[in-house]
Amino acid sequence: MTTQAQTSLTQNVTALDGVDHVITAAFIGTHPVLVRADGRVEIITDGQTHSLTPHGGAPVLLGCVAGERLLTGGEDGKIIATSVDGSLTEIADNKGRWVDALVAGPSQSLAWSCGKSVFCRDGKGQIRTWEAPSSVRGLGFLPKGYRLAIAHYNGASLWFPNSEAKPESLDWKGSHLDLTVSPDGRFVVTSMQENTLHGWRLTDKKDMRMSGYPSKVRSLSWSHDGQWLATSGAEAAVIWPFKDKDGPMGKPPRECGVRPAKITQVAFHPKSLVLAIGYEDNCILLCRLTDAAELLVRRPVEGAGSITSMAWDGAGKRLIFGTSEGQAGLLTLP
Amino acid sequence: MSAEDKIPVTVLTGYLGAGKTTLLNRILTEPHGKKFAVVVNEFGEVGIDNDLVVGADEEVFEMNNGCICCTVRGDLIRIIESLMKRKGRFDAIIVETTGLADPAPVAQTFFVDQDVAEKTRLDAVVTVVDAKWLSERLKDAPEARNQIAFADVLILNKTDLVTEDELAAVEALIRGINPYAKLHKTQRSAVPLDAVLGRNAFDLDRILDIEPDFLEPGHHHHHSDEIGSIAITVEGDINPEKFMPWINEFTQVRGPDLLRCKGILSFKNEPRRFVFQGVHMILDGDLQRDWREDETRQSKMVFIGRKLNRQDIEAAVEACRA
Repeated sequence: MTTQAQTSLTQNVTALDGVDHVITAAFIGTHPVLVRADGRVEIITDGQTHSLTPHGGAPVLLGCVAGERLLTGGEDGKIIATSVDGSLTEIADNKGRWVDALVAGPSQSLAWSCGKSVFCRDGKGQIRTWEAPSSVRGLGFLPKGYRLAIAHYNGASLWFPNSEAKPESLDWKGSHLDLTVSPDGRFVVTSMQENTLHGWRLTDKKDMRMSGYPSKVRSLSWSHDGQWLATSGAEAAVIWPFKDKDGPMGKPPRECGVRPAKITQVAFHPKSLVLAIGYEDNCILLCRLTDAAELLVRRPVEGAGSITSMAWDGAGKRLIFGTSEGQAGLLTLP
Repeated sequence: MSAEDKIPVTVLTGYLGAGKTTLLNRILTEPHGKKFAVVVNEFGEVGIDNDLVVGADEEVFEMNNGCICCTVRGDLIRIIESLMKRKGRFDAIIVETTGLADPAPVAQTFFVDQDVAEKTRLDAVVTVVDAKWLSERLKDAPEARNQIAFADVLILNKTDLVTEDELAAVEALIRGINPYAKLHKTQRSAVPLDAVLGRNAFDLDRILDIEPDFLEPGHHHHHSDEIGSIAITVEGDINPEKFMPWINEFTQVRGPDLLRCKGILSFKNEPRRFVFQGVHMILDGDLQRDWREDETRQSKMVFIGRKLNRQDIEAAVEACRA
């Protein structure tokens, strides 16, 4: 065999192609699942694809996994939980308002936003709401306590839904988009309209600016040990070190997977320092941080769009992905 | 993505009660076989006759790029991002703004946000004006003036409610603010669809000529704070090495006051026409087609904005002669 064959996993990918934009590619438990923009949810069980329409005929805007269920927000304003057996549960009805952000939290909690309104639902179904100072784009639960970080215009807010206290504000001028909380709960990082990342160290609200991107950063992924944050938005995966007390301050990021195409999705392996990198030309590489070794998962296919979603299963044996033109696939590691 | 593949976006503005929703419903119900996605203010009027209507917050924010007038609509960026995931569902997008809205942030969204600009293109800003109440509105609502100044297409509506003299007076008033937009006089917003859709008003290739549709308003005495337009014609060639730095600086420094600008220039030793257009500080320019044999090589430009000083601008342009 040639060297190329040894560095390629393309033979280990099963196609799950469809025609509609893949909003979310994920696993519910061990079952691969795809959420398509036309409103269909596809659950793959024993190699069979079961197609559901949780929102009736309405298109889906976003999706995320919450334990053993998939949550979707549709154009009908509803949030629906889908189980592997195909049973559907309506979680919320926002009366036709689009759900802009949706995130699952600890102990079966979840949070979502519509415009300025933020909703937090605990495991018992108790819903609390808060009106943010401006429209909300990104949400993230802190790992401890029932606390939500909310990205909006001119900063972020930290809200204890069960407390009457005013949310704590993290200020930084500009429009904050997606939000992520470090697994140890020490840092909150947002992506911004101006092609930068902004971070706060929560102990002292110290600001961190991570700039130099040629486009918006719309995918963020923490390594399993919480020491690295991988980001999309450039023609290399930009990986910031968060091991030290100061996070990435004053330290250059690592870069890997350099190709003449912009990265649209990143997903760290759940057990090792291996990063899955998806590009705007729908190519996918795996990159090992320790020695920068690369493995090809998917060759770019003309007209197949960009990688729009990518996720590992809990065991780190399989990777599911989808593109803006409806192509999708499942990698099973040898 | 080429320009033809991009979804065209029409921005519909106009003061409260001018007839925007009537025009919108007219566009939607004509037998054109086209499908539209309509973005409306979530607190706006109801009764829009379309399958896909999205409520927007009209949330304007400043870009952190050192440009103080560079405002965009955050909610629009988010809505368009979601809409564009469903291909083939609509052929065009119409954004209806509230009566009080400034059209600039809506328009700028299509130039400033990379993701939006990759998939959509601003086709035109269409402003509906109430013939009966405009003169009153101009006294108490600066937004009404802004919306007229910004327009590519003006629909002077409710002409049946005024006399001929009153109509002439209101038309003069509008032309004093914006002599370059296409103006259509209507009743109940009845206007042919191609007058408002498929205008390509921001396409450099479509900048054909710069001729006011009305008498050059040079004799009007504007109050200096008011919005008005200044047109300049230079016979003979312009030196690009002088002009480019000037126009860049001018749009940067005067950006907040400068609503729209447009120009066709004759550069020395350049067989092609140079065209430019701008919205506040955002400037777009390129060499276009060749000058034709039967065309006079001259340079024309128009600036619409507030507190613009004709002498200063004329002198600055004069200094750019080749």
